[in-house]
Formats: sequence, C-alpha cells, structure tokens
Amino acid sequence: MSDHIVPTRVYYIIFTILMVCTAITVAVAFVDLGPLNTVVALSIAVFKAVLVVLFFMHVKYSTRLTWAVVVGSVFWLGIMLALTMGDYLTRGWRTYG
Amino acid sequence: MLPEPAHPHGHGHVHHPALAHHFDNLAQQGEASTLGMWVFLVTEVLFFGGLFLVYLVYRSKYPEAFIAGSHELDVLLGGINTAVLITSSLTMALAVHAAQTGHRRTLMWLLVATMVLGAAFLGIKSVEYYHKFEEHHIPGPGFVFEKEHFANVQLFFSLYFLMTGLHALHMIIGLGIMTWMLVWSWRGIVTAEYYSPIEISGLYWHFVDIVWIFLFPLLYLLGRHG
Repeated sequence: MSDHIVPTRVYYIIFTILMVCTAITVAVAFVDLGPLNTVVALSIAVFKAVLVVLFFMHVKYSTRLTWAVVVGSVFWLGIMLALTMGDYLTRGWRTYG
Repeated sequence: MLPEPAHPHGHGHVHHPALAHHFDNLAQQGEASTLGMWVFLVTEVLFFGGLFLVYLVYRSKYPEAFIAGSHELDVLLGGINTAVLITSSLTMALAVHAAQTGHRRTLMWLLVATMVLGAAFLGIKSVEYYHKFEEHHIPGPGFVFEKEHFANVQLFFSLYFLMTGLHALHMIIGLGIMTWMLVWSWRGIVTAEYYSPIEISGLYWHFVDIVWIFLFPLLYLLGRHG
C-alpha cells in the first residue's frame, strides 16, 4: 500500500500535548473564572479532540472524501446542538401573552 | 512465481488473499474500509451527541444541582482515567505504525498494552461506581442526597450513569475488537500490505477516547471551583 506512514515522533508529540492539556484543564477547573470556566474547559476538550482526529486517526493524511464525512458529522452535530439550545436558552425571553 | 495463498479468480492472475473481488487493489480496499468506519463513527457522533444535548439542556435548566452533583465525583480518579485512556490511544497509534511497518511482535505487544490500559480504565471506573453505590447515589427509590436540589441531583446522576455506562460499554466492545485483532496478528493475517483491520480498529478506539475527553470536563470539572 502506498499509504502515508506517520512517524512515531508525531505520536509522541501529540501524546505529550494531550497530557499537558489534561493537566491544564484540571488545574483551571479549581480557579474561579466565572462563566469563562466552561469556555476554557470546552475549548481545551475541542482542541484535544481535533488533535486526536487529525493525527491519531490520520484524518490529516486521509482522502478528501474522509474529510467531508468527518466535517459533515461535526456540522450536523453543531446544527442539533445550536438549534436546540437556541430554543431552550431563549424561552425566558418571551415578553408577549 | 507461485504464492501459495492463491485465490483462484478464473481470469488467470493471483490476488492477495485478503483482497475482495470488487476492489482493484488493497490500497483501494483500505480506503473504502476507512471511509466505511468513518461513516459508522458519524452515527456514533450523533448517538453520543444526543446524550450531550440532553446534558446541556438540563445543565442550563438546573445549574446549581449539576454543580452539586459534580462535587460528588472523584476528580483524581477521573483525571487518572483520562491519562490512562490517552496513553491507550498512544499505544493504539503505535500499534497501527507497527502493523504498517510489518513489526508483528511489536504490534502484538502494543495491542496487549492497549487492552491492559483499557481494562485499567474499566477497573478504576468500577471503583468509582462502587463508591457511588455505597453512597446511595444510584438514581431510583434508594437514592440519597442530603444536601439541596435532591430531585435534580438525581437527574445529574441518571445522566452520569447513562453516559459513562454507554462509554464503558463501548470500551468493553473495544476490548473485544482488540482481542480479535490480536488473534489476527498472531495468525499472520495482518501484514504490512494488509494492515487495514488494525487501522479501522484504531479509529474506533480513538473515537471512544474522544467521547471521554468531553465527558471528563462536563461531568467532573465544570463548577468545581468555589
């Protein structure tokens, strides 16, 4: 097969970043940042997930078709989360009736 | 040249034994397998996505109760489990590399390491479940919570057990897949030419890791301060 073989060095670097991010996210959780706590925790989680998808799951080296499927899944998940939360979070705004 | 795993085709040439008839070559077959696995993972994204959505809706509705619930979970055990899973993803990624480069013994050891780490995760998870059982934090008629927000903390624990339970079920299935891959590596079915089974098993394993990467902050960490 003519597939791309990722050098093991890349895996070790990604592993180290993931571990450091885990330590940071635990440490930050005990500091009161107000609403920013949620933003930081979820941003770090998204960053870690992207690293796993791109490098451990080889999407960075995959075909355009695989890219389309991966991006499509995140896009549809985003629609589900955004529209539903858009409904629930704005219900209190109702001023009529 | 007459390789012994010849696959008679009736049109005069010989294929790799793992090559299905409708593919031109193993590279094309491997790409199709990877794409197929990703399509399955899309259904998994939406499956777990539905649970994350329920979590978000109720968390936004009852933020204090969810914070009270989070405080009952053990951050140390959850953190250790996160590190264990990330390490298992590293051994899995290295296993794919060993398969691609045809290092059969290394591949088998890395699969065993991945399974040991996966089993360690489940062991630590069961210790946590046991603590919750002892504290009567299992939702139902026996549920006990002596602080405020009794009913909504029960809701938090329902989601906790549902989400981590389904995640653990995926881990158990993952261990089954790894056992299967270990047997295939042992028998020499997996080779440097035909490593696709290890690759797509790895995709599944990493996906289950990603689910935990989101579960850990959402269940254990949010609302931890103060």
